[in-house]
Order: sequence, then C-alpha cells, then structure tokens
Amino acid sequence: MNSALIIAPIVLPLLVAALQLLIGERRRRTVVALSVASCVALVGVAVALLLAASQQGSEAAMTAVYRIGDWPVRFGIVLVLDRLSALMVLLTAVLGLAILPYALAPWRHRGGHFQPLLQFLLMGLNGAFLTGDLFNLFVFFEVLLAASYGLALHGSGARRVSAGLHYIAVNLTASMLFLLGVSLIFGVTGTLNMAALAELIPSVPERTRALLHAGAALLGVAFLIKTAMWPLGFWLPRTYAASTPAVAAMFALMTKVGIYVLLRLSLLLFGDGAGPASSHFGSDWMLWGGIATVVAGIVGMLGARELGKLAGYNVVISAGTLLSAVGLHQPAVTAGALAYLVISTLGIAALFLVAGLLASDGDEETDDTLNLEPYDPGGDDSKGVDSKSDALFAAEDESRVVLSAPVAILGLSFFACAILLAGLPPLSGFLAKFALLAPMLDAPPRVGTLVLFTLIIVAGFCTVIALCRAGIQIFWAEPERPFAQVRVSEITSILILLGLCLLLTVVVEGPLHYLGDTARQIHASASYIHEVLPAAQVSP
Amino acid sequence: MELVLAAAIGVLVASGVWLLLRPRTFQVIIGLTLISYAVNLFIFSIGGLRTGADPVLHEVAGDIGQYTDPLPQALVLTAIVIGFATTALFLVVLLASRGLTGNDHVDGEDGTP
Repeated sequence: MNSALIIAPIVLPLLVAALQLLIGERRRRTVVALSVASCVALVGVAVALLLAASQQGSEAAMTAVYRIGDWPVRFGIVLVLDRLSALMVLLTAVLGLAILPYALAPWRHRGGHFQPLLQFLLMGLNGAFLTGDLFNLFVFFEVLLAASYGLALHGSGARRVSAGLHYIAVNLTASMLFLLGVSLIFGVTGTLNMAALAELIPSVPERTRALLHAGAALLGVAFLIKTAMWPLGFWLPRTYAASTPAVAAMFALMTKVGIYVLLRLSLLLFGDGAGPASSHFGSDWMLWGGIATVVAGIVGMLGARELGKLAGYNVVISAGTLLSAVGLHQPAVTAGALAYLVISTLGIAALFLVAGLLASDGDEETDDTLNLEPYDPGGDDSKGVDSKSDALFAAEDESRVVLSAPVAILGLSFFACAILLAGLPPLSGFLAKFALLAPMLDAPPRVGTLVLFTLIIVAGFCTVIALCRAGIQIFWAEPERPFAQVRVSEITSILILLGLCLLLTVVVEGPLHYLGDTARQIHASASYIHEVLPAAQVSP
Repeated sequence: MELVLAAAIGVLVASGVWLLLRPRTFQVIIGLTLISYAVNLFIFSIGGLRTGADPVLHEVAGDIGQYTDPLPQALVLTAIVIGFATTALFLVVLLASRGLTGNDHVDGEDGTP
C-alpha cells in the first residue's frame, strides 16, 4: 500500500469542503455532487485502508505509519494506521455516505453550508482516528467540534440555539481540560507522540509519576465529557434531540470518538507494559463510571417523552456499556465491545433518522417535539376491548396498511431499530451483545464484571420496554395527525443503515475475526511502539 | 517568578470557574476566556521558566541548557488561535440566543423577570 493513502481521509474532505465554500450555496447541485463524490471516495479509501491493515502481518500487529512532512517520528507528527483506526475510518465514511440522501430532502435546507460542515466533520473524525500525536489529536478534536457546533445549530430556532449554547460551553471547558492534561504530560515526559509516551511511561521517575497521572486523568475527564459519562453527560440528550435528524445520526458517532481515544490511550499508555505503578491506571474509574452511565441512561430512557430524547439516552447507554467494557482491559471483551460499537452506532443513527421522519410534519415549529402520551396502561384498554371486535380491528389495520405505505415502512424500520438496540435475536444487535457478554463469563469473576453483565441485560430489557411504549403510541394508537410524506431519499438513508446491520447478521465470521485481531493488536502495546518508533530511522 | 505565575494562573482559573457558573451568557463567555488565558499561561510555563533565554539555537555545539524549550511556545500559539476562533463562534451563538429568546439567560428563559 502506498503510505500516502493514509492521509487521504483527512485531505480529501478538507479540499472538498473548501471547494464547496468557494462554489457557494447557490449552485447546490454542484455542491451536493461534490459531497456525494467525496463520501463515495472516502468509503473506497477506507475499504482500501481496512484491507491494507488486515493484510499486513496475518497474526499480530502491523501498523502503517505516515510521517507528515517526512519529519522523523520523535520530532514530527505521525499518522498511524492499524486495524482499529481503519475500522473507525470505515465506520465514519459509511455513516457519512448513508446520511447524505437524508440530508438532501428539500425541507432540510434551512440554514446554509450543511455540506461543507459535514465534510469538515468527516475530516476531524478521520484525523482523530488516524493521528499518533496527542496535540494533533487536540487539533482534530477542535476541527470536528467546530464543525459539530455548526451542525448542531443547523436549522436554527430557539430550542436548537439554546441547546447548542450549552453544548458549546461544555465542550469549550472540556477542551481546556484537554489542553491542561496534554501540557502536564508534555511537562513530565517531554514528548507528545503516543508511541514515544508509551515507551517512556515505565521509566518515569516516582517523583513525577503523580503529575503524569494527574495529566492523564485530566485528559481522561476531557474525553469522558465527550463520551457523556454519568455526571458529565447531561448535555447530550438535549443537544441530540434538538439537532436535525441527519446531524443527530452523525453525532451518534461522536461519543464513539471519546471511546476510541480512551480505548487506545488506556491500553497503550496504561496497559500491561506500563510498569506496576501505572498499569491499569483509571480502568476501575471507567468500569464503574460506565456502569453509572448505563444506569443513568436507563432511567432517562424510561422517562423520555420524546422520541429524539429516547434515542439520545440510547446513545448514553451504549457509551456507558462501551466505557465499562474498555475499563475491563480484556482482549476478548474488547473485541465484543468493538462489535457492539459498530452495531449500536448504525442502529442509533437509524433510530434518529426514523424519529426525525415520525416527528416531521412539514411545520418546523411543532415538528421538533413529538410528545409521547404519558404511559397509562388502564386508559384505553377497556374501551378498545369492549367496543370493538377483533375483526373490526383487523379490518382497520388492513386498511391503514394499504392506505399509507409510509407508515408500514417506518413501522418496520422502527421495529428493526428496536430489535437492534435492545439486542434481541435475529438481528446483529443480538450477536454484538452476545460477543460482548460471552467473554465476561469466562473472565475471572469480579464484582464489576458481574454488575456490568447483569446491567447490560437489564438495559436491553428496558430498551424493549421504552421502545415498545413509544412504538405503540406512535403506530397503534390513533394518530392525532397524519404521518408526513416520506421521501424516497429519506427512506434510502434508513434502509442503507438497517441493511448494513442486516448484512452483518448474515456475514458474521469475517468481521468477528477481524475484530478479534483488532483487539489482540491494540492490547499488544509493545508492538505498536516498535512499529511506530523505528520508522524514524528508516528513510524511504 | 514561578510563584507569581502560579498565583496568576490560579486566580484566573478561580475567577473563570466562578463566572462560568453564573446564569448570564456574557459572564459565561468571559469566564471561558479567563480560563483559556490561564491554560495558555500554563502551557507556556510547562517547559520551565527562563528569563532572557532564546528558543532558537544559534550555534550547533551550544549548550542546550542555555536555551528555553521552543515546543510549548508553538503549542501555546496553536492553543491561542483555536481558543480565539471557538470563542468568536460562541459569541455568535450567544448573540443568536439573545436575539431568539429576548434575554441573556443561559437557559433562554429568565426565572426572575
């Protein structure tokens, strides 16, 4: 593989976005065509990178390194491609491509520059996944955050601006913590290259080790804010529910960036090779913090009155589950967690899109909030059973299905999302959860593992309850207003996402094998260091 | 000098956090700005404080101890630029919020009229 291909996922969206800004909003066809071309190309590049990453060295770790400006590793910034970053880049590209048709629907063009902002977001995400340098990671985080600020506000309106204000304030504060952590780590070790850091950490003198840990903890808090860990994540459901559906679907990936960084850094810097004083630093915090997050997510989800918020709390639950799984520091669990990450991202993105369609009424002021009725099991039952016979019910159902096809499609999509997110059998959500849970039983029993195991099952059960309740109220209860027209482009997005999940239900072995290799690779931090650092001496 | 700088950073952060927790958007943005000043100072000082030392090497064989670490200075420049841009963006959102809701409360609604 040409190693310059590694930088393509960053440069391509950057150039396209710049071009789109120059072309301007008026020539929308050109802009949209550019976006589509860019996203298709990104998927192609990501697939090429994935194949390259999985071919290099059949067994353990091979990582490809791209040195920006050809500076030696310890002085310059490197981009590192391994299985994990290739996987994340592919997930980003696929999600970006999948939401494009949805964003093309005419009424979503309120407030300009959606396409360039989306490209900048893709650039930031890809950069964050590929970089091998802490400060560069900060820069890419800022790029993706700046784009996400714009996207969160897309469409304007008091509710969005108010939610966006909180989102920006929280994230600016988190960025400050990020900078503090990075500078503390630099002060102690004198390097910001992740591989060089991992090499240095075992030999940090005891005197300054506490400072190093403080820096890492500050850094961790910054990522935990982005991951929406329990006491730090109150901004998430409101922001996600307030933003436009296509944007919220893309944001489903944003918490995963925090998870990705925590996974990479905690295993690389504080893995088994970090010496007795530093190994597994902070992993207990992640485990228990993740557990608390799942609990908070369950409570929020059961109390949510609005489909958008319900999806937002699903993001919280999936982030908490992943966080705990990362905190366990076991290769098999990590592999399952990666499977869960992919499936839950696709499923939640689809749920956001479906929620957007169900809520949309064409009328912008009311379409933001689809209020669910308060749950009242005794209310309608008696009336329904007494006054209407079963035959009548059937006839009514029949006629509705015939009359309004969109409801059938939306209902099926919603149903598929619910099965995916709850992790029920036939679909891939079940397989991902199984891949996550099964290794926990083999692991040596710890209190945290058992609590997490139970909680993940409880979370699935509560997801079923919450989504059933929402589904019954939306599809089966007499709708107060007719469903909006569903455009082909909008349903295409949903079908792509759900189709991918379906595909992953059928094609299991290859992906799971890949994820197993990925987990083994990131757990072998020594090989990462050796792959990245000697590249300094070899000149092409 | 270390003591003065440390005190300055501490005071800036303390005032910034206080302002950040206030209910008015203007106070929040001033608080964020103060915190970012403190963080920038902190990054600047992380390479060790030296008076009158040069970050650029003049002679190849010179004593490294005579020079100050240039990397934190480069980092702080990046941090300043990014902080400036995001603060400007926040200011725009603040004004939009003011325009849409008619008041400058962070929640968009004023409890005490």
